[in-house]
Amino acid sequence: MSEATVADTRRLNSKPQDLTDAYGPPSNFLEIDVYDPQTIGVGRNRFTTYEVRMKTNLPIFKLKESCVRRRYSDFEWLKNELERDSKIVVPPLPGKALKRQLPFRGDEGIFEESFIEERRSGLEQFINRIAGHPLAQNERCLHMFLQDESIDRNYIPGKVRQ
Amino acid sequence: MSFFSFGQTAEIDIVLNDAETRKKVEHKTEDGKKDKYFLFYDGETVSGKVNVTLKNPGKRLEHQGIKIEFIGQIELYFDRGNHHEFVSLVKDLARPGEMAQSQTFDFEFTHVEKPYESYTGQNVKLRYFLRATISRRLNDVCKELDIVVHTLSTYPELNSSIKMEVGIEDCLHIEFEYNKSKYHLKDVIVGKIYFLLVRIKIKHMEIDIIKRETTGTGPNVYHENDTIAKYEIMDGAPVRGESIPIRLFLAGYEMTPTMRDINKKFSVRYYLNLVLIDEEERRYFKQQEITLWRKGDIVRKSMSHQAAIASQRFEGSASSEKALSQAKEEDD
Repeated sequence: MSEATVADTRRLNSKPQDLTDAYGPPSNFLEIDVYDPQTIGVGRNRFTTYEVRMKTNLPIFKLKESCVRRRYSDFEWLKNELERDSKIVVPPLPGKALKRQLPFRGDEGIFEESFIEERRSGLEQFINRIAGHPLAQNERCLHMFLQDESIDRNYIPGKVRQ
Repeated sequence: MSFFSFGQTAEIDIVLNDAETRKKVEHKTEDGKKDKYFLFYDGETVSGKVNVTLKNPGKRLEHQGIKIEFIGQIELYFDRGNHHEFVSLVKDLARPGEMAQSQTFDFEFTHVEKPYESYTGQNVKLRYFLRATISRRLNDVCKELDIVVHTLSTYPELNSSIKMEVGIEDCLHIEFEYNKSKYHLKDVIVGKIYFLLVRIKIKHMEIDIIKRETTGTGPNVYHENDTIAKYEIMDGAPVRGESIPIRLFLAGYEMTPTMRDINKKFSVRYYLNLVLIDEEERRYFKQQEITLWRKGDIVRKSMSHQAAIASQRFEGSASSEKALSQAKEEDD
């Protein structure tokens, strides 16, 4: 009888999946919305803030739901902290729009509705990309940005877990 | 060709004795094209005839000797001048003298050792060839015939599976298993990926086969990585407890056996790279070396018998047993 040369391609044995695991809620739920832009102040001292609302079931975040108000310079601060302290290549922020801040413009400059909407969308993309990064989730600055009422610029930078 | 002599020139032709029966295989040349060459194994005798044809009839050919060499050499592309010969045999065919007419010389290299497999890579080439030379005062006349050598192995005694648990703490934990660590070139990689913890948003998972060619020694080591295959094994987001099967047929890919430190000059190694990609295009991967070996061909006795064995491997049923007994009847 000749040697059987057909390869054995049967699957390896696996444990059957638990139904609660199969049909339970996924443990990777993370959603951040950046919305409701509000321009605060008058004249030259105006600035726009956005509401950053986060919903998650990841255990690394202390709060499963949080809601804070942040402005563009807060996002810039977060980007700088992450670039300095973590090894991540941080995604880009929407533009600083310095030209829009010059005087003698025909439109509202940085308070123009279409510009604010563009910026809001860019900030939402930015924060979702960075918050889902496993290494960024270790940084205190990210947790403070998302879940603390206000950002303490004199905080001590560090990691959230060992 | 000599423009200043009105003397004789000759053409050399090397013909193997078993050219009609010997198998030819395809082998890549340095510029990427594929050609067919005679296939030899370690220990086989290389014998044939050298035909020396005089171009100008009537004139004599003066020479300083005619010889044939069998050479196995390694050529590193960044060091072209130096050929490292690991096999060098020579047979003298004619003493210095004159040839009045075209002649044929027999040669035989008995039971030649061919320890390594022929290999044409990105930065190194290992080749075997016959070279017939007519030595002359001003310029030699040369002809080379390349052959290809394959090294065969048998099923390894020890072939443990590869099973490992890897992950990022509290983010992603998986257990992967491949059924063997040593695969032959027409084998099938059977395995599975078991998800213990999934806290990232996975988009898909694939297995890549990577070939790494290492040339040079000491401070001048150079690695050339080449992704030979990318095979998607999962599309979509898995959850905890899910098990994804792997079945990757190696025969579809162009690969060589694993070569370790050949003549202390180069290595060719293969790795399986398990890659998970999340929704933000971040890649998580785990690389694992596998050993590839070349199995000798076995002449199949009967296709129906083979098919019956294959069907027997799946869940037993009355029909497959009937097929097996039917096939046996056909054989008898």
